[in-house]
Amino acid sequence: MAQHIGKQTVIFSKPPIITHTHSSVGPKEADGPMGEYFHTRFADEINEEKSWEKAECSIIKHTIKQLLRLSHTQPTEIDYLLSGDLQNQINATHLGVKDFHIPLFGLYGACSTMGEAMGLGAILVGTGLAKKVISGASSHYCTAERQFRFPLEYGGQRTQTQQWTVTGCGYVMIEQEGTGPTINSITTGKIVDFDIKDVMNMGAVMAPAAVDTILTHLQDTNQKPTDYDAIVTGDLGNCGIEIAIDMADRLGVDLSPVMHDCGAMMYAQERQDTHSGGSGCGCSASMFSSYWYLQLLKRKYKKMLLVPTGALMNLVSTQQSENIPGIAHAVSISAPEQVISDKIQRFHLAP
Amino acid sequence: MQNVNILKDQYDDIVKKHSPKNFVFKNIFRAFWVGGTICCIGQAFSNYYYYLGLNQTQASSATTITLIFIASVLTALNIYDKIGNYAGAGSIIPITGFANSMVSAAMEYKKEGFVYGMGAKLFSIAGPVIVFGTIGSVIVGVLYYIF
Repeated sequence: MAQHIGKQTVIFSKPPIITHTHSSVGPKEADGPMGEYFHTRFADEINEEKSWEKAECSIIKHTIKQLLRLSHTQPTEIDYLLSGDLQNQINATHLGVKDFHIPLFGLYGACSTMGEAMGLGAILVGTGLAKKVISGASSHYCTAERQFRFPLEYGGQRTQTQQWTVTGCGYVMIEQEGTGPTINSITTGKIVDFDIKDVMNMGAVMAPAAVDTILTHLQDTNQKPTDYDAIVTGDLGNCGIEIAIDMADRLGVDLSPVMHDCGAMMYAQERQDTHSGGSGCGCSASMFSSYWYLQLLKRKYKKMLLVPTGALMNLVSTQQSENIPGIAHAVSISAPEQVISDKIQRFHLAP
Repeated sequence: MQNVNILKDQYDDIVKKHSPKNFVFKNIFRAFWVGGTICCIGQAFSNYYYYLGLNQTQASSATTITLIFIASVLTALNIYDKIGNYAGAGSIIPITGFANSMVSAAMEYKKEGFVYGMGAKLFSIAGPVIVFGTIGSVIVGVLYYIF
C-alpha cells in the first residue's frame, strides 16, 4: 500500500485523503491579507485565559473540537493524534489535547512540525495501520516571544530580516475513506547545516533545508518543478524565499514559477510592520488548513507540494553560539477529481 | 541533480544579496530625535523642580524618579515597546529604557509567581547593565585616582 522510493520518499498506492481541516488564528493574522480564509478568528491573543500558554492550549482545544464537530466524528473514532508546537517540551499540545483521550504522537520539528505530522499521519493511514488520524501544529506569538526573545513589553528594535511568529494553528483529518485532496507521497527531510548563527535571519537558516527537500523529492519521484501547480514552503519569509529560489537556480532548477511561501503571504508587510513575514508552526499549519485546502477543493491548484520548514535551536544553543541547522518535510497533495461544492460551502460557514 | 551542499561556500554572498539591510540613517535619525526629546523633557522637569525650590542635586533625583515613573506607566499601557521599536537606541539608552526593561520583565514573569517568576527574572535584561556599569565606574574611578 505504501512504498519507499528513492532516498527519502514514501509513495502511496492508495493515497490517504484529507477529508476535513480547521484553522484558528489571532487578531493580527485575521487582519492580514489571508484573514478571510481562516475558520476561527480570535479577537484577542489571550483568549480570556490567565496566561499566554493557557491561551495557546485553548486555541488548540477549540480547533480540534471544531474539526471533530464539522466532520461529525467522535474522539473515540480517531486512531491517532499527531501534533506539536513551539513551547518548551511541546507543552501547549499536551495540555491542549489531553481532554480528547486520543492516542498521541507528540512531535517537535520546530516550524516544520506540520509537515512531519502530516507525513507521519499519511504513513499511518496509507499503510492501513489507522483509519482516521488528526495531524496539526500550533504556535503563539506571545509564548514564543517570551521564550526565545524578550518580554513582550520590552522596547527593542526588530531587524528587517526578522519574522513575526504566527498566533494560530491548523489541524487536518486524514482518512482512508472519504472525499477531499489526497496525499500521494511524502519526503522526509534531513537536517541541513549551513553554519548560520544569526538568530534574526531564520529565512537564511531554513532555505537550504527547503531546497534540499524539494530537490530530493523531485528526484525521488522523477518529477520537475512544473509538474506542480504550487510548491509552498512554510515560513521562509520574504527574504528566505528569494534565497531558496536563487539557490535552486544555481543548482540548475527553476522554482520561481511555482514557488509560494506561507510566511510571506500571511501579513501585509508594510501596514502590519512584520518585516520579513510570518513564522512558527502555526504559519504553515493554519495556511494549509485554510487558504491552500480551499484552493485544492476548488481545483484552482491541482497539485501542490507543501514544504513546512523549521529552524532547529533553543535559547541555550544560540547563546552558546552553536550553528542553527534547518529541516524541511515535503507532502505532495493532489486536488480531488471533482470540485466538492458542499465542502467549499461548509468552509465559509465555519464559526 | 546537484547536491545543495556545494553552495555552502557561496552561501554568505547569497544571504547578503537577498537580506534587506537595516535602515541605518533612518534609524539614527529616529534615535536622535526621540532620545533628544526625552532629554529635553527631563531638562524641563529639572528646571521646574529647581524653580519649585529644590537644590540642583534634589532636582536631578526628582527628575530621574519622574522619568522612571512615566516610562513605567507607558510600559504598562503597552506604549513603550512601540516607541522602542520606532526609536531603537533613542529610547533604550536613557533612564526610561532601563525602567522599561525592568517593568516589562516584571509584567511578563509575574505569572510564574512573585519569588521565582518576578523576583528572579526582574533583572534578566537590566542585570548586565548594572554589572558592567558598576565594573566600568570602578575602572574609571581607579584611573581618575591615579592620574
